[in-house]
Amino acid sequence: MDLTTLTYLAVGLSFALYIGIAVWAKASSTGEFYVAGKGVHPIANGMATAADWMSAASFISMAGLISFLGYGGSVYLMGWTGGYVLLAMLLAPYLRKYGKFTVPEFIGDRYYSKTARLVAVVCLIFISFTYVAGQMRGVGIVFSRFLEVDLLTGLIIGMGIVFVYAVLGGMKGITYTQVAQYCVLILAYTVPAVFIAMQLTGNPIPQIAFGSQLQGTDTYLLDRLNQVVTDLGFIEYTEGSKSTIDMFAITVALMVGTAGLPHVIVRFFTVPRVRDARSSAGYALLFIALLYTVAPAVGAMARYNLTATVQTGAIGSPDGNLTYEERPEWMKRWEATGLLSFEDKNGDGRIQYYNDQNADFQTQAAEWGWQGNELDVDRDIMVLANPEIAQLPNWVIALVAAGGIAAALSTAAGLLLVISSGISHDLLKGTITPGISEKTELMAGRIAVAVAILIAGYLGYNPPGFVAQVVAFAFGLAASSLFPVILMGIFSKKINREGAIAGMLSGLVFTMGYIILYKGVFIEPVIPNTPDNWLLGISPEGIGAVGMVLNFIVAFLISKVTAEPPDHIQHLVEDIRTPRVTAAAE
Amino acid sequence: MSDNAENANTAYWKANVTQIVVSLIIWFIASYGFGILLVDPLNAIEFGGFKLGFWFAQQGAIYVFLILIAVYAIRMNALDRRYGVDEQ
Repeated sequence: MDLTTLTYLAVGLSFALYIGIAVWAKASSTGEFYVAGKGVHPIANGMATAADWMSAASFISMAGLISFLGYGGSVYLMGWTGGYVLLAMLLAPYLRKYGKFTVPEFIGDRYYSKTARLVAVVCLIFISFTYVAGQMRGVGIVFSRFLEVDLLTGLIIGMGIVFVYAVLGGMKGITYTQVAQYCVLILAYTVPAVFIAMQLTGNPIPQIAFGSQLQGTDTYLLDRLNQVVTDLGFIEYTEGSKSTIDMFAITVALMVGTAGLPHVIVRFFTVPRVRDARSSAGYALLFIALLYTVAPAVGAMARYNLTATVQTGAIGSPDGNLTYEERPEWMKRWEATGLLSFEDKNGDGRIQYYNDQNADFQTQAAEWGWQGNELDVDRDIMVLANPEIAQLPNWVIALVAAGGIAAALSTAAGLLLVISSGISHDLLKGTITPGISEKTELMAGRIAVAVAILIAGYLGYNPPGFVAQVVAFAFGLAASSLFPVILMGIFSKKINREGAIAGMLSGLVFTMGYIILYKGVFIEPVIPNTPDNWLLGISPEGIGAVGMVLNFIVAFLISKVTAEPPDHIQHLVEDIRTPRVTAAAE
Repeated sequence: MSDNAENANTAYWKANVTQIVVSLIIWFIASYGFGILLVDPLNAIEFGGFKLGFWFAQQGAIYVFLILIAVYAIRMNALDRRYGVDEQ
């Protein structure tokens, strides 16, 4: 069978599975629609959380980012896993004990304020839409490359599938679909990694192959990679180009942002007991770690393979580079998508791939007749192109396509659900029209999902950046607005309504303002986005860390000078701190 | 709620917070410490094909996180029972 047929088969089968699950797990009450009736086993919830969590950015972009950033890519690895420690210890068990449906609902009750709840809903909607746009773009990339349809058609197909199972099944449908999607995506990610690890080092376990010797030599993969990339003018793979303070800030923002993402937190509302919330966070991280410890190995091996493909002979010798005529099939296929491009600057018909931003090296390169880097590789294609670069069988490539789509869809569905519950439960039922029946609320929730899908599709078609970068903003905002107020709501009895609202607003406005100033999300950037211009040397990706600190300080100071929370709130805080349901709490 | 139960709850909460603080110190050292702040000195140490600081940043920290959550979940289950606040 040819690749296209195989891919249609793999993707088609996985879609049939998801829709089958959705029909089986149709939600019949708001409890099932919002939190799957609180009956999900912790291991199943761990898998669902992992799929929910690992987005198109994790699956498609992350290893690619790491392969170009080297050590600098570690911020994503530590940042996107370390947050689970915070979740397991600081948030999940207590929010599960509190036991309602949404994150804004907790904030509204704890801070006895509809305004606080509204501010939280606005933060939640903003974060989730930013994030979902990245997923939709991921879906589009996979469809346009593997199914050879255009981006718009790809988006519409993806939106249609999510529509069916999110609208029908709500959280219950989403949870069990995510379990299936996790299995698809982890298989799709690890199988090619195992093959490539075998090819390069003879060791099938990527985490070990990463630190092993290249097959038939006594040189370690990482040492060889360091040498090859520095010979081409890049910085050493195991060294970073980011400053220490920026690495630190980005890691904080990603970790805390992870813990503050509403679609992740809400997953812990679906397990039966408090102890399940803790263990479930552990299972979630275990399932996530399966991919996250493979990703850096994939990144390093992909970088090595890419360089070795282009630089076939000695660097600087006239026939040391691959000729454009002889380029492999996968390059031709990716050129068609525009995500890989070649420009023969020196007219020698060969591909020179090196760092022409390095002035010293460029002088040297000019002597060889190299007139600039000729190959542009979009980071987003590294994982998808990896099996082709390593010349793996077609079924592996088809599996990767299905995995990429599973990663994007599972995350999109989780996000769309929190958006819809924010609208139907927090805005309509909680604020605007409290009198509506459960049936009406359920219908409103379903309509909200449908509308959210349309907006997400539009954002995916006109995205404000590449996948991982769009997602990074969502983290900054989650870190600076939601995480601090939830944390203080549990660990302090003294933080009051005024403090929480002021804290959330200052964190949100500061972080958004900083990002827009340098990145210009919908406008042109006001200040050039270079390290010299940054506050304390912290990039827009890491500024959420400062926003978080600001939120804490403002909330603390304002709470000091305003009235203490009433007694019943202090009792609420005491109650959520212990797992047992006591009569006094009822 | 009786005074006894209240005291037990306060003691339980203190024990929990201690557990969290210890865990987060380890969490901080493994990631921010070994992976970022001390990465250069640690990179002088090599094991297998890895520089140690680089390994912590891209592999080791994640394993430490996993162990921390597992230990916390197990110890909290024991604490829940000891202070009589477990779910019956």
